[in-house]
Amino acid sequence: MGESRKAGVSTMPLSQAGGSLDVSVEIGGLPILLRTRDADFRTLLENRYAGFVRPASAATAFSFDIDVVRPERTVSDVEELEVWAEDGIWYLERGDFRAHWDPRIGRGRILQALSPYAIDSVLRVVHTLVQAPEGGFLLRGASAIRNGRAFLFSGVSGAGKTTISSLAPSDAVLLTDEISYIRREGEGYRACGTPFAGELARVGENAAAPIERLFFLAKGPDNRIEPVESADALRMLLRNILFFADDSSLVKMVFRSACEFLTRVPAFRLTFYPDARVWDLIQ
Amino acid sequence: MTQSKLVMTDTYIARSTAIAARMLGGEMMIMSAVDSTFFTLNEVATVIWQAADGRTPLAEIIEHRICPEFEVEPEIALRDAEEFVTELSEHGILLVSDQPIPETKAGTAEAQ
Repeated sequence: MGESRKAGVSTMPLSQAGGSLDVSVEIGGLPILLRTRDADFRTLLENRYAGFVRPASAATAFSFDIDVVRPERTVSDVEELEVWAEDGIWYLERGDFRAHWDPRIGRGRILQALSPYAIDSVLRVVHTLVQAPEGGFLLRGASAIRNGRAFLFSGVSGAGKTTISSLAPSDAVLLTDEISYIRREGEGYRACGTPFAGELARVGENAAAPIERLFFLAKGPDNRIEPVESADALRMLLRNILFFADDSSLVKMVFRSACEFLTRVPAFRLTFYPDARVWDLIQ
Repeated sequence: MTQSKLVMTDTYIARSTAIAARMLGGEMMIMSAVDSTFFTLNEVATVIWQAADGRTPLAEIIEHRICPEFEVEPEIALRDAEEFVTELSEHGILLVSDQPIPETKAGTAEAQ
């Protein structure tokens, strides 16, 4: 697994942190410092992102100061996630959190319930916004490394992401069963592990590898791989790319990223019968 | 600007700047940056799209590009073009006017 990368697990003690219980979480090679004064929340972060926590003293790309609401209550009246930008600052809001983030100074603030879902959402949005201009994106889909190469399995809910992940053989490194992280690197793409777990409730491995193939999943009576027309591939890819902001310049970036991706990574439809034999086709 | 029934002789069309477009696998893919609507154009529509510079009347595009290249009768080509242009203009993908459309309002054939 020469292409893989592992992060160390460590956090800064309270005495060194000056009252702030810092946890640095690195996903997709992007370390983000999460600063909280709530010991329970710090424990939650360490558990939730185990395998993706790195030394808090190391350099980070961004930081967030997090205030946890106690006792638990609704933070915002907004039910569905809303993401928008004003004067260069991004605002994120949902019932269980409110956040803002200024990418120019690399700092943000989160007010949230004591819940892993709130911080998960903030991190997904921030990573999406960071990757958009770089040509990368987050994708609804499982991913795994086999023989040093990464395979993506994309699909809507029920398509089989969890099923194919649960059938993975022991030599496969599962990067995620829910949200794949795709980075542009030179002329190619790399899939990185994420801690964003789906129904399998299993955090992905903190590893990365060049992407070999993209599969659009469908369950069927047998196992087969078929080519996908460019228009269909683009339509399905765009449907499954995580995208939160109602912003026309970002829409253009995502479209361009999806097109570029499909010119460099072959896409197929993988119909599979839910047993381990499907993995004979994936290597 | 008009989005209703088009009179081809006086109709000018231009690509909107609020879109992203790319030729992929021989097909023109277009996405509205406003509402993320996604379109795939066939060969004929792609030629019209690429010729939509805001200066060339639609009738001229049909006469000089579509009819000879696809060996189609002018009446049929005009009818199809009207349908296509109306649909794309309703989604803000194409700008339609009875006068030439300034370059500042128009996008490129493959917008990034």
